[in-house]
Amino acid sequence: MTKDEDIDEVHTGFQFDNLARNNMLVSRGIQMPTAVKTGTTIVGVVYKEGVVLGADTRATSGDLIADKNCDKIHYMQPNIYCCGAGTAADLEMTTQLMSSQLELHRLNTGRQVLVRTANRMLSQMLFRYQGHVGAALVLGGVDKYGPALYSIHPHGSSDYGPYQVMGSGSLAAMSVFETRWKPDLELEEAKLMVRDAIAAGIFNDLFSGSNVDMCVITRDGATHVRPYEVANIKGKRLGKYNYKRGSTAVLSSNVKKIEIVSETVKKTPSSTDESMDTA
Amino acid sequence: KITYFQSILSYNGGCVVAMKGKNCVAIASDLRFGVQLQTIATDFERVFEVGPNLYIGLPGLVTDTQTVAQKLQYRTKMYEMREGRQVRPQTLMAMVQNLLYERRFGPYFVEPVIAGIDPSTNEPFICAFDLIGCASTPGDFCVAGTCEENLFGMCETLWREDLEPEDLFEVISQSLVNAFDRDASSGWGAVVHIIEPHQVTTRRLKCRQD
Amino acid sequence: MSAEMLAMSEYGRDPRKHHFSPYADNGGTTIAIAGDDFVMVGSDTRLTNYSGILSRNQTKVFPLTEKTMIASTGCWADVLSLYKDLQAKLTLYSQEHHDEMSTPAIAQLVSTVLYWRRFFPYYVSNMVIGLDEDGSGVVYHYDPVGHMEKLRFSSAGASVAQIQPLLDNQLGALNMKDAVPPKVTKALAHQLMHDAFISAAERDVKTGDSCIIYTVTKDGVAEEQVKLRRD
Repeated sequence: MTKDEDIDEVHTGFQFDNLARNNMLVSRGIQMPTAVKTGTTIVGVVYKEGVVLGADTRATSGDLIADKNCDKIHYMQPNIYCCGAGTAADLEMTTQLMSSQLELHRLNTGRQVLVRTANRMLSQMLFRYQGHVGAALVLGGVDKYGPALYSIHPHGSSDYGPYQVMGSGSLAAMSVFETRWKPDLELEEAKLMVRDAIAAGIFNDLFSGSNVDMCVITRDGATHVRPYEVANIKGKRLGKYNYKRGSTAVLSSNVKKIEIVSETVKKTPSSTDESMDTA
Repeated sequence: KITYFQSILSYNGGCVVAMKGKNCVAIASDLRFGVQLQTIATDFERVFEVGPNLYIGLPGLVTDTQTVAQKLQYRTKMYEMREGRQVRPQTLMAMVQNLLYERRFGPYFVEPVIAGIDPSTNEPFICAFDLIGCASTPGDFCVAGTCEENLFGMCETLWREDLEPEDLFEVISQSLVNAFDRDASSGWGAVVHIIEPHQVTTRRLKCRQD
Repeated sequence: MSAEMLAMSEYGRDPRKHHFSPYADNGGTTIAIAGDDFVMVGSDTRLTNYSGILSRNQTKVFPLTEKTMIASTGCWADVLSLYKDLQAKLTLYSQEHHDEMSTPAIAQLVSTVLYWRRFFPYYVSNMVIGLDEDGSGVVYHYDPVGHMEKLRFSSAGASVAQIQPLLDNQLGALNMKDAVPPKVTKALAHQLMHDAFISAAERDVKTGDSCIIYTVTKDGVAEEQVKLRRD
């Protein structure tokens, strides 16, 4: 029995108990399966009063679209958000972990977290994992020194600048910024530029697609708009595919009644609200 | 030695699909357990009951299907005893996410699919993971396994909003059976669970045995 | 390759030969459905290379004679090369015999042409569609080295996995109790083709932009283009 089944002991960090077996499989010529990637176009731009972040919403596994509407703009702090490209699980878990570490940092210091702190912590973590944690990030926020925008590469290097792009659609997106960026953008100009940059990725990069998500961060807080724009809509089917009930041949059927001990139905604000409260 | 499969995920074959309906969800899987091209058993259940109306399907390498199922059973039972309440689908999602991501660099070869109804809100819930625990929670359907591409094609055409339990059964069954009939690694019978707040209907389907 | 080898940097490994890969995958999806007195064939119009789009408006269906067409996807260079080869052979035939080659004869010819390159094949998924000598629709489906199968409906190319089960179910009436295959009308064929392309464009990155649907009847070829998502 492995250690993690031990009730008294709490194990943290990665487990490597399958590694020997998996390496044996590799040595016998078996390919390792691929994880879901976010092919992705992610961008960020600094404007007069803050930062605008943008992302597409497609996740792929090979040529297959695994998720048509995934969230690539992750919450870090009320004043900091982070866009992610690369291995989807790494992005989800890395941003979750960093978000909680930054919150602890905030509570310890009693101050608003600086964007440069988030940048340093993320790059140090990614550097420690030597690129094996496949996360490419665009980190943006506003702190007491004003707006700041970084991009962080999977091996832990980071860039600072007024506009940043990442992901497979980064070339398409960068072309928009290289053509149109100027200092002291107005909010509407910046939003339009981010929208166009993401749309360039969505339409010209196969591994980016679906909607444009956007997050505007100012001194007064952040607004995360999802979707900001539905760039593509699903075509309308011509046919109706209603099967007559009883079309499928059934061999056996078994109904299990559920005994309801107590029932309290709590009305939720909306059924489309998918976000899980982990704060 | 000749290997007939692309990845270790396809070594034993098998597939799972979950769909949302109107106040109900469904989860279905095939019943084949094979070793490459040889079929070993045709009554292998890869969908497991976690709570009264919470199910998880674990297609992939069968040894890991069983290990992960047992680990999850242990963890959910511990949770129930500690917390004195049922596991919510969202909680199970977080549990699976952590279990799989913990082994980021030596993964279990399973791609789980969860279908359930939240016991406190009666809200239908489905989600799917890749093998290192990246969850996606779509509003319509999720698929996994050797014929996932076929399943995506079928579901994308057949699924529609607000399916009643009986219609949801037809749609998920037809999606599954026609998808795995074009896949050599899945099939040989199917099992469908239609999950409603007050009952779970489990049906075995008649299908091709080749 | 072992895990350590993969983890080593490029220059840390043994010196090795870099291979030239003669094939490219340019994507593309085709569907064909035969009726009693017509045959319908459609393709998407996206041409891709790696993660980029080469063209948003390139049909993958080509006319061979008045009542025969070929739908080819895969390596685009091979598609063009094969088509040119077939055109030359058909021209020679028509000038020699003062008549167009029949659809079943073309179907056999395509199989032979493909097998000629058994050990350096055209990397192409083909379907030959047309009207046979009785005027009824036929679909021939090939593997890259010339295995031929005559079918009532089929699909080929990038999104075949998403489309073929749907056709089996809706046209073959498979897995439904007391269901018989429906009579294939132009309306039904068009609707299925349209919906299949929509579903494929939803889930396959290589299929999209638009689809062109050709209807071959004894009166000629009708053409219709329908938009798909462009992302």
